[in-house]
Amino acid sequence: MSVTDAYGSPGSDPNTEPSGPRRLACSIRNLTKDYVLKSETVHALRGVSFDVPEGDYAAIMGPSGSGKSTLLNLLGCLDQPSGGSLFLGEDDISTMTDDELAEIRSQRIGFVFQSYNLIQQLTVVENIQVPLYYQGRLGPRERKRVIDLAERVGLGDRLDHRPQQLSGGQQQRVAIARSLVNDPLFVLADESTGNLDSVTTAEILELFDELNEEGRTIILVTHEDDVAERAKRIVRLKDGMLHTDEVVSDEQRNAAKTQQLQAVQELLARQ
Amino acid sequence: MIWLRTWKLGIKSLALHPLRTILTMLGIMIGVWAVIVLTAISQGASNQVQKQIESLGSTTIIVRSQKPPEEKLAGSRVSEYGLLRSDLDRILSNVPTIESAIPIREIRRQFTYRDRSVDGRLVGCTPAYAEVNQLQTRTGGGRFLSDADELKADTVCVISAGVAEKLFPYEEPIGKRITIPEHTDKYKVVGVLEHRNPSAAIGGSLDSQDFSKDIYIPMRTLRKRIGDMIVTRRSGQFQTEIMELNQITLQAKEQDDVKPAAALIETLLAANHAEMSDTAVVVPLELLEQAKNMKLMFLGIGILIACISLVVGGIGIMNIMLASVTERTREIGVRRALGAKQKDITRQFLVETIVLSFAGAIMGIVFGLMSLPIYRFLNWFAKNTMEEKFAALPAAIREAEPAIVLWTIPLAVMIAVGVGLLSGLYPAIRAAKMNPIEALRHE
Repeated sequence: MSVTDAYGSPGSDPNTEPSGPRRLACSIRNLTKDYVLKSETVHALRGVSFDVPEGDYAAIMGPSGSGKSTLLNLLGCLDQPSGGSLFLGEDDISTMTDDELAEIRSQRIGFVFQSYNLIQQLTVVENIQVPLYYQGRLGPRERKRVIDLAERVGLGDRLDHRPQQLSGGQQQRVAIARSLVNDPLFVLADESTGNLDSVTTAEILELFDELNEEGRTIILVTHEDDVAERAKRIVRLKDGMLHTDEVVSDEQRNAAKTQQLQAVQELLARQ
Repeated sequence: MIWLRTWKLGIKSLALHPLRTILTMLGIMIGVWAVIVLTAISQGASNQVQKQIESLGSTTIIVRSQKPPEEKLAGSRVSEYGLLRSDLDRILSNVPTIESAIPIREIRRQFTYRDRSVDGRLVGCTPAYAEVNQLQTRTGGGRFLSDADELKADTVCVISAGVAEKLFPYEEPIGKRITIPEHTDKYKVVGVLEHRNPSAAIGGSLDSQDFSKDIYIPMRTLRKRIGDMIVTRRSGQFQTEIMELNQITLQAKEQDDVKPAAALIETLLAANHAEMSDTAVVVPLELLEQAKNMKLMFLGIGILIACISLVVGGIGIMNIMLASVTERTREIGVRRALGAKQKDITRQFLVETIVLSFAGAIMGIVFGLMSLPIYRFLNWFAKNTMEEKFAALPAAIREAEPAIVLWTIPLAVMIAVGVGLLSGLYPAIRAAKMNPIEALRHE
């Protein structure tokens, strides 16, 4: 099984150190996942392999039934593969226990969900803090980091608000801050703009761009082409297998961005 | 630190639904309240009974005459039964562990002084009666009967506080002469007693003995002036009753002598009285032991009722927590995705149930402690509004003062928190065992 290296030779990416191969945020080898439903077995993933280097911005696409969600669950360490291996940094998660997986989730993965999934009874600060809470890190240094992140996503003046008091875009910003608080290997964004209007979508995608430029690795699961085109790379799944894995050129990315901004301008002009 | 945060979180989550939280606490609250109040009431009642029995004395043996069954008296107009003076002599000469004996004869009579009169008991007794029953004359109230009175069979009397109140509301009773209309004699008052609490029921009656309308005269005076034959008019008929003694109050030397002495006395009496079965031996010590058993039974019933309400409260908690777990499936999924282990989720929900049950227990304690003044008020209210009905209640209930048993408070809290933990465990484990992927997808 050959491993796709979408970037070809080193040096094609400005973030890459010229001296050697880039470190991998995650590495998937021949990953399979079967679900046993009563008598029949569903092969959701039939052997997928690819790498996500640190600093990458990858979009995972595919029609429903392609194994997209299954791959997302495996990448998020919410489930264990039936076969193959899945490395997060140095560690293979395919052999880990439930508790170890929970620890990996709290330390190495940043989740951004479609429906924000903030905890209603907690404030903005407390919501951002949740992953640290489960690591037992609640000191003053951590609190400062939480506040910095809230400011970074533009919510420095709403630290003690509760989710109901925030708009959808603001809630998603809180969720993004929460995904960054544990300094993860990668941010896993599952249809993160699916519930937002195009103005807010543009804002969130802009934030992702900025974070990626700061060196954050982002894996974005989406079914919208214009969202996917903002990524540096699009991985397409079909029938549980890797269909295509292509790099998005800077021209394409800029074109998609310009197009979105134009749509936003038109929308705003009409109001 | 983590625990502190978990507690804060638990309180916050509960505060999200204040009404639901309070309703859930209610079950536990009532349970704890019931534990405290029911034990307090049973303790109070048993204190009262115990006090009454103790007032009879722990070395005391009481031998009483009792009316024999009707068929044994049939055929005679004159009913002759009860203890004899010879019984007393036999007891004294045959039971060496008996230290002292007081023969007592009681007759229902009317007492009058000028135009005032009162119905009461005429009690013939010896001077030792005062000491055994711990009777005190009130300050400036003269003296009790003396040996000289007994020897001379004087027509003197000592009156109880109740009689003094009725016959001499405005004047000093000492030196006045009380008349008993049936017998024409006048009895000079030589002493007035302090109020005496009713003592425990003896001789098979449920009512406690009331001493408030007693007049005490020397035994010999009674025998000489009134005799053994009592004629009473009841519903138009004359009834004649012949009885030598109503009661003999005996004192044993040691507490350990009481039971063997009582057994011996019963054998002695059987010779003369087995056929009529017109006597009874009452041992207050045994009553005391019975009362202790009764108290344990009361306590047991109280705790049983309380436990039932605690279990119901626990079921309420489990119910609400199960609903809460279902309602917060999404939150559980999010927490799991963000790094919560199964035990973190279990802990979160357990803390909530502990907070619920603990707060319920605290509320129960507060209400339990508040019940005492409320009980007093109700008692006072009943006494003043339904005087007759209230007076008909047994003294053990009328005068019982609930006594909070301190150890029931920590016990109730422990049971409540235990119930909370037990009933929270299943929902908490169910929450922890949820598949995070499905929990996240839950709408």
